[in-house]
Amino acid sequence: MAELLKISDLHVAFPTDDGLVRAVDGVSLTLNEGETVAIVGESGSGKTVSGLSVMGLHKKGAAQLSGSIVLKDGDRNIDIVTATDEEIRLLRGRAVAMIFQDPMSSLHPYYRVGNQLAEGYLVHNPGQKKEARQRAIEMLDLVGISEPAQRADEYPHQFSGGMRQRVMIAMALMNSPRILIADEPTTALDVTVQAQILILLASLQKEFNMGILLITHDLGVVAQVADRVSVMYGGRIVEQGSADDVFYKPKAPYTLGLLKSVPRISTHGSDRLKAIPGQPPSLINLPTGCAFAPRCEFASHAAGDICANDRPELLGTNPNHLSRCHVDEAVRDKLFVTELKEVRS
Amino acid sequence: MLNFVSRRVFFAIVTLLVVSAVVFAIFSLLPFDPAALTCGQHCTDQIIAANRIKLGFDKPLYIQYFLFLGGIFLGRSYGTGSAAFSCPAPSFGYSYNENACVTDLLREALPVTVSLALGALIIWLIVGVSLGIIAARFKNKWPDRVGSVFVLLGTSLPTFVTGLALLIWVTIKWKLVPLSLIGYTPITENPYKFFQFFILPWITLAIAYAALYTRFTRAAVLETLGEDYIRTARAKGVKERTVLFKHTMRAVFAPIITLAGLDFAGLIGGAIITETIFNLPGLGRLTLRSTYEFDLPIVLSTTILAAAVVIIMNLVIDMLYAVLDPRVRI
Repeated sequence: MAELLKISDLHVAFPTDDGLVRAVDGVSLTLNEGETVAIVGESGSGKTVSGLSVMGLHKKGAAQLSGSIVLKDGDRNIDIVTATDEEIRLLRGRAVAMIFQDPMSSLHPYYRVGNQLAEGYLVHNPGQKKEARQRAIEMLDLVGISEPAQRADEYPHQFSGGMRQRVMIAMALMNSPRILIADEPTTALDVTVQAQILILLASLQKEFNMGILLITHDLGVVAQVADRVSVMYGGRIVEQGSADDVFYKPKAPYTLGLLKSVPRISTHGSDRLKAIPGQPPSLINLPTGCAFAPRCEFASHAAGDICANDRPELLGTNPNHLSRCHVDEAVRDKLFVTELKEVRS
Repeated sequence: MLNFVSRRVFFAIVTLLVVSAVVFAIFSLLPFDPAALTCGQHCTDQIIAANRIKLGFDKPLYIQYFLFLGGIFLGRSYGTGSAAFSCPAPSFGYSYNENACVTDLLREALPVTVSLALGALIIWLIVGVSLGIIAARFKNKWPDRVGSVFVLLGTSLPTFVTGLALLIWVTIKWKLVPLSLIGYTPITENPYKFFQFFILPWITLAIAYAALYTRFTRAAVLETLGEDYIRTARAKGVKERTVLFKHTMRAVFAPIITLAGLDFAGLIGGAIITETIFNLPGLGRLTLRSTYEFDLPIVLSTTILAAAVVIIMNLVIDMLYAVLDPRVRI
């Protein structure tokens, strides 16, 4: 499996009047062909900012980027962080494409759907109007829109939410990109439509042999489609591993908290929802120690005040399953297994 | 569509009837005798009485109103015998101060005002929208700052200041544009003189409006640039120039058209100050003078005309919107 994307020690910060917002603080991850890597976290954890960084969609001047985002484009490797605007523009929509959270507002209300699709093709294949139109209709057909030739001449408001997200996916795939960044692609959709979109993405992934970077807060979605998972908290990755490992053997207290807070249809009647207590940290004044320490119920298991004073590193006995926590890994494994059993019983 | 238009036309007629009735009522309530205004200082009671009958002021108020309305479609004739005269349809009455049919006066004044408003509109759209785009494109940089100074000056300087300043410097001191004493020349007669005549009034009006349009366009462009679909366009790899001039301007265009249509309609009602400063024989000046002279038929007609233009413009804009915005269907 060829590596398509390698993010190393990515930092993204936004200067504001209140101070520097460290939205992404040292994120590293890789994405391979045919693989789905999920970035999971709550709002403000830095997952969307990471995704936009790969597209080079942050405004120059508004965002400070460091580290590297190396993208494979054919035989070339291009680092988004150092590339020029024009180099990045030529990658967008061709080597890497993105679908967004809200299909209602992500399509231009004044242009016909077919033309919006064709534009994505024309940008990278200038002058080929006929081919672009042909391709647009093909792609609409591929994403399951019936009578694609007619519907191409309709406007976005004539499509339902699920159909619009299909259009967005078709638009992203116009130039058969190798990398697809899906930023909460199902969040704004009905549950039944969510499943359809996920199934569609999975089948298209096979067809195009794409690597998908799936950004979501929905653990249910992750469980269905992700191969590997990175859990983000306060701009950092707190746990990284295969989807199975993260789900069944979580190692970061935050991941455990997320898994516990998934609402279940309980057999014992009216259990209260198990939310993680407290608030996510401010990205302007991150705690000096572990960002999760103030909300962590396991901080007492670590030596002294280490959780409050030192930032934990991303470590693990299994090199394919890393986590950030000062509590001894063996101790955590034991504690978490019983906790999970309780929840999942 | 047809249903929409016919409904709107019906409401337009009702509105115009109400507007004209209100103006008519206001003038009738004023404590003066319209017949007394029909002749000069050396007036005798006999002449006044004769004129009262000739112009129909002896009839009850509602009859006078219906005579006025009827004249629009049928024309009106006044007096009898050798002294009789008539204003053919569409007649908006007879001005006893100007001694002329109001329709003829409107026919002279309207082209002047339309020329003034149209020329100013073109200038302020070009200047205002361009400056707005530039200001948005270079937000918080020096072009934006220069733009905001222009906006501040344009919105705070009244037209009688900018107009007089232009007149004093451009015409009198620098002699760039000759002082026009000849008056209005139609564009069909002599385009060069036409432009010479209108250039300063256009600029005067355009400065005030261009400032508003700069501010409006800047805000609209910035708001649109933050839309999700603009991010989508960028994600497709669309060039930044195309993002701005195609994707963004397409969305900004519709509200600008609306605003321009309404402002244009408002100006037809009379750019009174500008017309007065530059001595333009337009509708605004005509209305102003007639108000001073209690010349009811003229005031009534210009008011109805202004109202009609606003109503028609609204209808046109609504229909245009259906073309511009695919989500709107009428």
